Amino acid sequence: MPFIPHTSADVRTMLEAIGVPNIETLFEEIPSALRIGALEGVPSALNELQVLQLMSARAREDGRPLCFIGAGAYDHFIPSAVWSLITRGEFYSAYTPYQAEASQGTLQSIYEFQSMITALTGMAVSNASMYEGATAVAEACLMAVRANRKSKSARILIPRSMHPHYRAVARATTANQGLVLEELPFARASGQTLAETLKSYEGSDITALVIQQPNFFGVLEEVDELTDWAHAQGALVIAAINPTSLALLKPPGQWGAKGADIAIGDGQPLGCPLSSGGPYFGFMTARMEHVRQMPGRIVGRTVDLDGRRGFTLTLQAREQHIRRGKATSNICTNQGLLMMAGTVYMALLGAQGLEHVATACMSRTAELVAALTALPGVRPMFGGAHFHETVLRLDRPVAPILEALAARNIEGGFDLSPYYPEFGPSLLVCATESRTSADISAYALALGDVLKNVRAA
Amino acid sequence: MSNAPADRRYARSHEWVRDLGDGTVEIGISDHAQSSLGDLVFVEVPETGRTLAAGEACAVVESVKAASDIYSPLSGTVVAVNEQLASAPELINQQPYEAGWIFRLRPADGAGVAALLDAKAYLAVADSE
Repeated sequence: MPFIPHTSADVRTMLEAIGVPNIETLFEEIPSALRIGALEGVPSALNELQVLQLMSARAREDGRPLCFIGAGAYDHFIPSAVWSLITRGEFYSAYTPYQAEASQGTLQSIYEFQSMITALTGMAVSNASMYEGATAVAEACLMAVRANRKSKSARILIPRSMHPHYRAVARATTANQGLVLEELPFARASGQTLAETLKSYEGSDITALVIQQPNFFGVLEEVDELTDWAHAQGALVIAAINPTSLALLKPPGQWGAKGADIAIGDGQPLGCPLSSGGPYFGFMTARMEHVRQMPGRIVGRTVDLDGRRGFTLTLQAREQHIRRGKATSNICTNQGLLMMAGTVYMALLGAQGLEHVATACMSRTAELVAALTALPGVRPMFGGAHFHETVLRLDRPVAPILEALAARNIEGGFDLSPYYPEFGPSLLVCATESRTSADISAYALALGDVLKNVRAA
Repeated sequence: MSNAPADRRYARSHEWVRDLGDGTVEIGISDHAQSSLGDLVFVEVPETGRTLAAGEACAVVESVKAASDIYSPLSGTVVAVNEQLASAPELINQQPYEAGWIFRLRPADGAGVAALLDAKAYLAVADSE
């Protein structure tokens, strides 16, 4: 079949064959009230030159600011080889192939991605990727309900110290599927979710507990204690993790006595540029006993009739082309290209390289916090161990400060005040390995200056 | 041509029911069903203690390229499941009427059995497919 759009003659022939006067008739069964006539707000078409001019102008508006925002997406260095390799024609597709086994190279690269992700997380099995971190959390919640057959409540505990966007997406995705997401408080002094504050949930039917490590505040949670607590309640543990942090932290497969049941995260730190919020990719891993409840595609290694190594899509009976409405999810095509970026990034860096990145991030962030908290009116919100971002308490509203910094070409952090009003003015800051000591001094100098000009509350 | 022992009753959805004589029944899938599915690689059994309505999907049999629901032919409570199927799903292919049984049920009432087919009627259904 040639990939050429239908001509009007083709369309006419097809309509005649099924005895329908026009395409519009095919949609008649949808009540007119549910149909949209004109698409308001969608401008008329532009030609290629006009689009290029528009996008170049937009890109100029973005500028090249010094970025100190983390909050789920991180400005890491990406070796040039990553995007040179994956933009080769052989790799350049967002799709997993339809004639899967005919595309052995693509399947091998997915298999290598899965292998590296399982090595990083310490989990038994990985799928071929998810859309991004937030939908991975949502899918993990749905998966936990299917996997925890002893639990009937479909009740999932999510710490309030988890990324607010992840919580919002999980809620939006699961609310109409009968799941109950309950938010857990965190300790005000440490920013941690503590098992001792969860007493009121003991003895009730809980399907799963989500644990984000590091949490949204960059604070390290007591993952062993929380994991054991959840398992004692008969709940599954969903770990939401930053992949870079796993170069230094205990992998979720080793949390507590039994390890997490499902581990997911956003793969953006592994080779994906910030690019105005995406596209990124997500990853999902699980214990082997839950593999049939996992969404997405899984590539397996096998041998052909002659005993030669080959790769194949495996466990497809979970998927929608076979299980239809009872499939584990409607994810089949995923973020193939971004997943490939992650694979090449991990292969280039290796375990030691990733550890260097993670260590550099931690020391840069420590340097940043030291420089900023030396200023009057800037204090750390939480003590304790952090990974590569941290919350600062300010003595005046954050929004005008960030605006003034942006005017000086500095993205100063993520304003937490709208999401955590109880904090008062508060700022989540991050420094990756890409920020130099000079960058950090420039930020501290600019903030000192801005604080003199922005009035205290 | 598949076989169907005369000592049990059958559902049109290809499950068999055998009365164990102690107030419970044993349920599996027919020879015709197992041969249509091909080599099974996984069986998901219902939970012991679960209450089922007649016609409710309660188990899944999975072959390499397909997965099919198993429907409970009767309403009742699951009293036992075939734990061996977890490691040996091929038992259903090898001995669909004996070692390949899937679960045992305590029927809610005796009424449902009469609505099921006898072996001859079932084979007529199976052969017409």
